[in-house]
Amino acid sequence: MSKMHVKLTVNGKQVEGLAEPRTLLIHFLREDLKITGPHIGCETSHCGACTVDIDGKSVKSCTTFVAQVNGADVTTVEGLTNDDGSLGVLQEMFREHHGLQCGFCTPGMITRAHRLLQENPNPTEEEIRFGMAGNLCRCTGYQNIVKAISASADMLNAQKEAAE
Amino acid sequence: MIPAGFEYHRPGDIASAIGILQEHGDEARVIAGGHSLIPMMKLRMAEMGHLVDLQAIDELKGIEVGAESVTLGAMVTQHELITHEGLASAIPLIRDAALQIADPQVRYMGTVGGNVANGDPGNDMPGLMQCLDATFELKGPDGTRNVAARDFYEAAYFTAREDEEILTRISIPIPGAGVGQAYEKQKRKIGDYATAAAAVLVGNGKASVAMTNLSDTPIWSAEASNALAGGDVDGSVSAMLDAIDPVADNRGPVDFKKHVAAVMLRRAIGRAQTRAG
Amino acid sequence: MNDQTMTPEERAANLKGMGSSRKRVEDVRFTQGKGNYVDDIKLDGMLFGDFVRSPYAHARVVSVNKDAALALPGVIAVLTAEDLSPLGLHWMPTLAGDKQMVLADGKVLFQGQEVAYVVAEDRYIAADAAELVEVEYEELPVLTDPFEALKSDVVLREDLEGQTEGAHGPRKHHNHIFTWEQGDKDATESVLAEADVVAEEMVYYHRTHPCPLETCGCVASMDKVTGKLTLYGTFQAPHAIRTVVSLISGLAEHNIRVISPDIGGGFGNKVGAYAGYVCSVVASIVTGKPVKWVEDRMENLMSTAFARDYWMQGKIAATKEGKITGLWCHTTADHGGFDACADPTKFPAGFMNICTGSYDIPTAYLAVDGVYTNKAPGGVAYRCSFRVTEAAYFIERMIEVLAIKLNMDAAELRRINFIKADQFPYQSALGWEYDSGDYHTAWDKALEAVDYNGLRAEQAQRIEDFKAGKTRKLLGIGLTHFTEIVGAGPVKNCDILGLGMFDSCEIRIHPTGSAIARLGTISQGQGHATTFAQIIASEIGLPADDITLEEGDTDTAPYGLGTYGSRSTPVAGAATAMAARKIRAKAQMIAAYLLEVHDDDVEWDVDRFAVKGAPERFKTMKEIAFAAYNQAIPGLEPGLEAVSYYDPPNMTYPFGAYICVMEIDVDTGEWEVRQFYALDDCGTRINPMIIEGQVHGGVTEALAIAMGQEIAYDEMGNVKTGTLMDFFLPTAWETPNYTTDHTVTPSPHHPIGAKGVGESPNVGGVPAFSNAVHDAFRPFGLVQSHMPHDHWRIWKIANGLGMHG
Repeated sequence: MSKMHVKLTVNGKQVEGLAEPRTLLIHFLREDLKITGPHIGCETSHCGACTVDIDGKSVKSCTTFVAQVNGADVTTVEGLTNDDGSLGVLQEMFREHHGLQCGFCTPGMITRAHRLLQENPNPTEEEIRFGMAGNLCRCTGYQNIVKAISASADMLNAQKEAAE
Repeated sequence: MIPAGFEYHRPGDIASAIGILQEHGDEARVIAGGHSLIPMMKLRMAEMGHLVDLQAIDELKGIEVGAESVTLGAMVTQHELITHEGLASAIPLIRDAALQIADPQVRYMGTVGGNVANGDPGNDMPGLMQCLDATFELKGPDGTRNVAARDFYEAAYFTAREDEEILTRISIPIPGAGVGQAYEKQKRKIGDYATAAAAVLVGNGKASVAMTNLSDTPIWSAEASNALAGGDVDGSVSAMLDAIDPVADNRGPVDFKKHVAAVMLRRAIGRAQTRAG
Repeated sequence: MNDQTMTPEERAANLKGMGSSRKRVEDVRFTQGKGNYVDDIKLDGMLFGDFVRSPYAHARVVSVNKDAALALPGVIAVLTAEDLSPLGLHWMPTLAGDKQMVLADGKVLFQGQEVAYVVAEDRYIAADAAELVEVEYEELPVLTDPFEALKSDVVLREDLEGQTEGAHGPRKHHNHIFTWEQGDKDATESVLAEADVVAEEMVYYHRTHPCPLETCGCVASMDKVTGKLTLYGTFQAPHAIRTVVSLISGLAEHNIRVISPDIGGGFGNKVGAYAGYVCSVVASIVTGKPVKWVEDRMENLMSTAFARDYWMQGKIAATKEGKITGLWCHTTADHGGFDACADPTKFPAGFMNICTGSYDIPTAYLAVDGVYTNKAPGGVAYRCSFRVTEAAYFIERMIEVLAIKLNMDAAELRRINFIKADQFPYQSALGWEYDSGDYHTAWDKALEAVDYNGLRAEQAQRIEDFKAGKTRKLLGIGLTHFTEIVGAGPVKNCDILGLGMFDSCEIRIHPTGSAIARLGTISQGQGHATTFAQIIASEIGLPADDITLEEGDTDTAPYGLGTYGSRSTPVAGAATAMAARKIRAKAQMIAAYLLEVHDDDVEWDVDRFAVKGAPERFKTMKEIAFAAYNQAIPGLEPGLEAVSYYDPPNMTYPFGAYICVMEIDVDTGEWEVRQFYALDDCGTRINPMIIEGQVHGGVTEALAIAMGQEIAYDEMGNVKTGTLMDFFLPTAWETPNYTTDHTVTPSPHHPIGAKGVGESPNVGGVPAFSNAVHDAFRPFGLVQSHMPHDHWRIWKIANGLGMHG
């Protein structure tokens, strides 16, 4: 099968490569770009471990062909670290509130939570649970993930207020 | 899980898309959000030589809310259905149902056109569109035609759409004031298809009743709708139970599904009647 | 403040030692996507392996045609049993004393069984090639029911035909594996015969799967120049894997390096040795290139390591006042096509003989029959210690069944039968010595915390309302008091493939007073790098933040049996404390030398040795560390390091009281957990934050198991639950919030008194959820109904009780 030229913006950087159209975005990120934060969990779009942000949407990258997102702007968990290398707010709050154990679902969780808080800066617990329902975790029972996201919302809002 | 190879096409207008479908016949298939198709391809239960991505076709986008009806472009996503305030006030039932589909990530990608055109009896939108008496616009080599949602579904994955046609737009009459709307769905968890789901419109002496995942197509029942329009809830439920034909699966056996179908329908009717005022 | 002015309490707090909710050191990497899981490993020239699997549950393999696959560009090799046979690798030993086909040798015994292994340049080509391998099968009759299998003429294991003796004694039938008996059969039968009351019930604990979010996988890399094999993989027991690979491949053990990188959850799934590992090693040896194999989710659910599948027939005898006098259990254990249970060698049914639970039952008898069927092999301890969760579910159901028979409150029935605090150490009728416990205190605390009497009053009102037609929802109150047995285990009776189940820790103190510790275990999310550093911090007075933890590399870590069965804290945690104490003992001599006093004239004070009676004269551990490397101390070797191999004298027995309050819709079978209270007693608590996280996660896994998760087969042996659409893993939406609580009853034989906690919530959670469902329907006549309690099965209970009009 012939390969196609793929051009993406990933975590703010322009990247290019050759890929078969059937190449799944998750494999292009992980194998070609060596961005291994997003993980493969279920392969049928149920677990969300592969979640990345594409043009402002949370997307399961194992259910997306790289051909479909050619030209798009992609953010992975690696792109949510602060420019100075310190942990971003969600990353820090997941650590603070013990919102992870084995860490395998974490990149997808944090990337999804990032979009959720962009769309809803003051979510209730119920809204967090509903908004995170596309991401499975086998270790934490979600309670501390919910706590971490709620604390992130508070911190982000405080930062916003301080900046104004 | 790795899909088989294919050639990828991203046409910029409907005519080009139809051209590609004509050129490759059985070998070609359109893809919208891909969240039904790609898992099937990864399981190698679907293979095709040519994949025609509809994302660049502007004519397939957009939500238009008119005085009498709503028009949805086939590529409108579930997420757009949920977040469009004008649509929510015109036909709140659509947001109610869209929130019950899959999960947030899937709703960003999943489209209303894909959901109705795929012919999967598990999808929520087909039953909903039958309840709302929507019309599907199909474009193909021979031009444009309209098919009522209630006439569209033939069997699981078999619809009135021809291989070389593309479902382009969906028109839905706005039920109007005094009509209560409700969608009730039982599922095992977020991300699951319905064990049973019911869409109900009732008010102003009219009613419409459809159900999902209880047959190899969605079921809209004229008898059930007429009975409800006449205020006969028991008659409506009993007519619907005669119309559905569920099969046993991991969600449960037939007797359970029939029972739950009746419960969902009664609850949807009750809620719709309350909303009708 | 400096060392001189800080109080001992302040100095202790600075160490972030035991008892501190120290934040996890692992998380800085994981939250940035910088973990290093096996599929993240990419080596030069790496090839990919993929399996051709059987679509049939029982069939003869007539032929395998590789031609089309080999003709595909990028395909390097296609291996079948025929290729492995000259190497003697077409079969491999299992942990249970049986053997298992690596690739189908003439027949297949379960759907998804490995038939051929394709090696290609990338995973896409490998997947394409697997589709091109043509296998001709001849279908054979399928046995999916263990009771049928024991009666059937169909021989599943033709390789064992005529063998009347198995790894665990006589075989009664060609599909029978073993009978394992514990306790006193005759005495138990006479107790049953003479009892005031006997309750009898079949309790089924269905087949399920650990399903960690990361599937199993490996990268085998044979360096033909050095002759050294490096095997990266999702191994919960890397050292044991090294020994197994050496024994079955013939490679010398020093030429094998096994590395477990970060592991994305294990829960028992990653204990065993799988065909993928063997084939990848062979492929790397043959090609001289690294070979990666990572199973997909369907392969994971179909082929690697199911759990449970125990049919437990029980009889429980009591006086009419409710004092239990005897317990009898006969279990039929469905092991699938090969006996690949991961249990200590002498325990073919694991620790099922903990099934007397938290109760003082004077007489008991247990027999377990293992049976072959056409299902996947496994029988792993899914977040439990070797069949403990089956045992706990059994006894906690039997208690409820007995309460119904006696018309007693189940909380009270438990209370009058608990082993009393002064009976510990307690010798159970089935052979265990419980180390410590205080069940009554925990129970009373739990009942009070949830206002048990108030809940029962609310439930009584609900029943009235239901009968009056005011509601269609029932209220269930699920009670559980469980006793775990973890920390396998004493080498005298616990081994795996002949390897004693000790564990190990090696600690090296650096000259500047920081340290590295290496253990024989491997974290899969438990946070070992955080908690084991806390043990060392408290023992030797160096800050936990200055201690690096390493696990999982067999070339550097001391030998250990790995992480499963809640054994890390009880065994490796003990080794860590013991190694730290060796260091402290040497440090004491160094301190005495530096302070110019006799060894016995200094005493330990948080982070230093001080002269007795003169606390202002001291040497901190940091100072001592430097001295160990820069001074010639008479009679002492330079350096400061120690290693401990710890053979525990006994298991540990964590326990807990869990209460679940559940709302149930009788018309749809839908449920909602309104409240869940979990009290755990895991002895000394090392990191309360991590303990709480373990409980949240374990109870959620229990929720999944009890309320919907199963590996289901149809009568043809097809797996019906092969994806996460059908295999139930709850999302944040279906999962409730939990209230955690604790009591502390230290283990008397463990150096720091810790018992382990990771698996308690799964062991205790499952009966709590199940008992809540049963309890809701008890007033309407329900005695026993099998899990999983998904919507239709709950609906079926209501339907069977005539609640649908």
